Amino acid sequence: MAGIVGYGAYVPRNRIRAEEIARQWGKDPVSIQGGLLLEEKTVPGLDEDTVTISVAAARSAVARAGIDPAEIGALYVGSESHPYAVKPTGTLVVEALGIQPDVHVADFEFACKAGTEAMFVALGLVEAGRVRYAMGIGADTSQGAPGDALEYSASAGGAAFLFGEADPLAEVVATYSYTTDTPDFWRREGAFYPRHGGRFTGEPSYFAHVLSATRGILERSGHTPADFRFAVFHMPNGKFPLAAGKRLGFTREQLEVGWLVPVMGNTYSGSSPTGLAAVLDVADPDDLVLLTSFGSGAGSDSFIFRVTDLLPERRGRAPFVRDMLDGPKRYLTYGQYAKYREKIIRNS
Amino acid sequence: MREVAIVAAGMTRFGELWESSLRDLFVEAASDAMRNAGVDAVDDIYIGNMSGGQFVGQEHLAPLMADHLGLAGVGATRVESACASGGAALRLGYLSVASGMSDVVLVAGVEKMTDGADATQVLATAADQETEAYHGITFPGLYALIARAYMERYGATEEDLAWVAVKDHAHGALNPKAQFPRKITVEDVLSSTMVSDPLRLLNCSPVSDGAAAVILVPLEEASKYTDRPVRIRGVGQATGSMALADREDPTWLDAVAAAAERAYRMAGVGPEDIQVAEVHDCFSIAEVCCIEALGFVERGEGAAAAREGLTALGGRIPVNTSGGLKAKGHPVGASGVAQAIEIFHQLRGEAGERQVEGARIGLTQNMGGSGASAVVHIFERV
Amino acid sequence: MPSPRYWREVPGRYRLEAGRCEDCGKVSFPARTICPSCRGTNIASITLSRRATVVTSTVVRVPPDEFLMEAPYAVALLDTPEGARFMAQVVDCEPEEVVPGMEVELEFRLIRKEGDTGIRCYGHKGVPARTQP
Repeated sequence: MAGIVGYGAYVPRNRIRAEEIARQWGKDPVSIQGGLLLEEKTVPGLDEDTVTISVAAARSAVARAGIDPAEIGALYVGSESHPYAVKPTGTLVVEALGIQPDVHVADFEFACKAGTEAMFVALGLVEAGRVRYAMGIGADTSQGAPGDALEYSASAGGAAFLFGEADPLAEVVATYSYTTDTPDFWRREGAFYPRHGGRFTGEPSYFAHVLSATRGILERSGHTPADFRFAVFHMPNGKFPLAAGKRLGFTREQLEVGWLVPVMGNTYSGSSPTGLAAVLDVADPDDLVLLTSFGSGAGSDSFIFRVTDLLPERRGRAPFVRDMLDGPKRYLTYGQYAKYREKIIRNS
Repeated sequence: MREVAIVAAGMTRFGELWESSLRDLFVEAASDAMRNAGVDAVDDIYIGNMSGGQFVGQEHLAPLMADHLGLAGVGATRVESACASGGAALRLGYLSVASGMSDVVLVAGVEKMTDGADATQVLATAADQETEAYHGITFPGLYALIARAYMERYGATEEDLAWVAVKDHAHGALNPKAQFPRKITVEDVLSSTMVSDPLRLLNCSPVSDGAAAVILVPLEEASKYTDRPVRIRGVGQATGSMALADREDPTWLDAVAAAAERAYRMAGVGPEDIQVAEVHDCFSIAEVCCIEALGFVERGEGAAAAREGLTALGGRIPVNTSGGLKAKGHPVGASGVAQAIEIFHQLRGEAGERQVEGARIGLTQNMGGSGASAVVHIFERV
Repeated sequence: MPSPRYWREVPGRYRLEAGRCEDCGKVSFPARTICPSCRGTNIASITLSRRATVVTSTVVRVPPDEFLMEAPYAVALLDTPEGARFMAQVVDCEPEEVVPGMEVELEFRLIRKEGDTGIRCYGHKGVPARTQP
C-alpha cells in the first residue's frame, strides 16, 4: 500500500505577537487573542520565501525517507505565494535537492489547499506506478492586509511529504475531495493583498467544505471519529478548526497535537500539512490520522493515514515541528515586521 | 634599463568637486604637471582609473584624456587595478622610460566619484563578485572582517584604530590640497557612526573627486627639467588571493609584503632605510596591516604604531604626511599617483609644514581591493 | 544578474558543490579548475555538509542599495569540516550575536533580487546551529 515514506516541515524563527500588531492599530490585544485564539505567528525573513521553506521541508523529508533524492520522479509545490508569477517554484526545489533532471515538476495553486493538492497528485502517480517516489509540498508566506483581521494570522511555513510504495511511515487508507465554486477569499493578479467576504468565509465556506469532506471520507471508508488518534483540520485561526472538530464529533484531545495555529499562525498551504507533520512527530504505530484541508474558492481534501512500525525509528532524522515552534525565536517589532513583509514603499 | 626620474608634478585639490567633470580633473592635473616640467609634448601617457565606466558611464578613457589635453595622437593607456590603479600606472610609465621606449612620459590618475553613482556598490566591484559581493559585503565590510580578525588575534582595540585616523588628520590639517584639512580626536572617531563593525565612519577614507599627475624622464636628462629630480630607485608589484576567504591569514597582506620585497631588492635598501612613506590607509586597519607587511614594524605591532607616535611627523617613520587617503581624500585611481607626489615634494624639501627633515629615501605603497593587488615604489633624492 | 551567469553558478549556490584537489587535498568553494595551493588540475567534485564555524564576522550597516532593507546584517567568513572557507551572511539572530567560533548550519535562502522584475538569486546563509556537531 502506498503511503508517506518521508516528511518534513519548516517554520521561520522570526515571530510577532498578536498584541504587537493590535497595539499598532489601537485594538485591544486581549479581545483579539480571545476572539481568534491567536497568540503569535511566524514571520519570514526578507531572505525567506515559499522556495526556501519548501527546500528546508523537502530536505527533511528526504532525510527521513533515507533515499537518494535522484530517485524522486515527481515533485509538486502548492502555494498561494509562489515567488514568481511565471517561473516555477518546483524547479528551484529539485535543483537544490539534486533531484534534477529526471523528474516531473509542477506548481499548484488553490488558496490554502494547494499543499494537500500537491500531496494528492503525488500519491496518485505513485499508486499508478508511474513513478517510484513523488513529493507534494505545501508552503506559503502569504500577506495579511494592514489593519485587517488576517494580519494577525497570515504567517509563513510549510511541510513536505514524500510518497512511495515501499516502507511507508504511514499508509494512505483513503482520500476524498469536496469542491465547489465559492468566492469566499480571492486575490486578483497584481493585487498585493487578498480580499475576502468577511463572515461569509465561515459557515458557507470553511465549515461547509471541511465538514462535507470529512463526513464524506468517514462514510466512504467506514470509519467514525472515535477510530482516530489524531485529527488535523485547516487552521485559518484558532477557533475554526476546534469548532469543526467538535461538530464532527472529535474530542479536543484528538485535535491538540495538530492544532499549531495559536503560536504558528495560518501558514496557508502549509497549514494542515504542518499540522500533519506535528502529528507524525509523536504518533504511534497503528494510529489512525485524519487530515482535512480547506482552500478558499473552495474545496477540501481529506486523507486518512495509518501509522506503521517504521515511523518511530525514522522520524528522529530531521527536526520536529514542536522544537521549531518552541525553539530559539526572535520577536519582531511591528516596524521590523513591516520591513520584512515588504510593506514599506520604496521606488523600485 | 635606464634610470628614471620624476621631474614635475601637478594635482587638483581632492574633495567633492562639483564643478569639475572627469575630463576637467584630468586636464587640470596633467596640465599643471606638464607646465611645471616645462613640456608641451609627451611620448606616452598612462592613466590610472578604477571605473570611469561605473561612476560616469565613460570607458575608453585613454584617448579621451589625450584628446582633451590637446595631445590627440600620442599613445595612451588606461590602467586599472582598483585602488592600485595609480600605482600600477606609475610602474608602467617607469617601464616605458626605463626600457628606452619613451623619453617624456605623463603618468596620471583620476577618479570622479560624486556624480551620483552608488559608490558603495561600485567600490564593491573590487571584491570577488561571485563569492563576496554577491552576499552583500561592502568594501568597508571586507576591511571590517580583517579588523575583527586582527583584533581577535593581537588584542588591538577600536581606540588603537582611532589613533590612525587621528594621526592622518593631524598631517592632513597641514595639507592645502586635502579634502579634510582639519584635526580630529580619538573621541570624534569613537563616536562617529558605525559603518561595518568595528569600523566607524571616521575609520574610512571618503568618497572623493580628484586627479594627480607626474612627468617621468630618463634620469640622465632630468636636469633639463628641474634641478631637483627624484629618482625611482625600486619598483615592486604583486598580487594575492582575490577573496578574503582564500587567504591563509586574513590579517596578513601578502601582496603588499611581496611587492615591498621586490621593491626593496631592486632598490638595494631595507625598511629601516625608508625615512618617509605614503601607505594605503583606505581604512584605519589597512594602515596597520600595511606597515607590518612593509616591514616597518613587527607583525602584531602595527596597531600600536600611531598611538605611540611612531608613524607621526617627528616619529621614527612618518607615514602619510599628506594626510593619507583618510584626510587627503581617495579619488580611487588618483591615489597612487598622489602618494608619489607627496614623496616627490618631501624628497625635494618642499613639503612645508609637513616636511620630514633631511628625508632622502621615501616609499609609496598602493593597494587594490581588500589587498589582492599591491604596488610599491621607492624614491631617492638625487 | 544575467541568466547565463546565474545558471552556471547553480550547482555551487544551490547544492554546495565544491572542488577537492586530488593531489594535495585543498578544498575550494566554489570549485576551481586549477588548485590554488599546488596548481594541480585533478579536481574532484564534493558536496559540502551543511555545517560551518564562524572565523570572523562584521555587521554591515551601510549597505549597497539592493540590500537596504536587510541592513544591518552580519557577514562572516565560514570554515566547513571539509576544509572549505567562504563568505556568507549569518541570519536569524541579532547580527551582533555572530562571533568567531560560533557554530552555524547552512540554509537555502534568497540572497538577492534585482528590484521587482529581475530574477531572484538564491544560495546559502548561515543560521545559528540547532544541534551540536
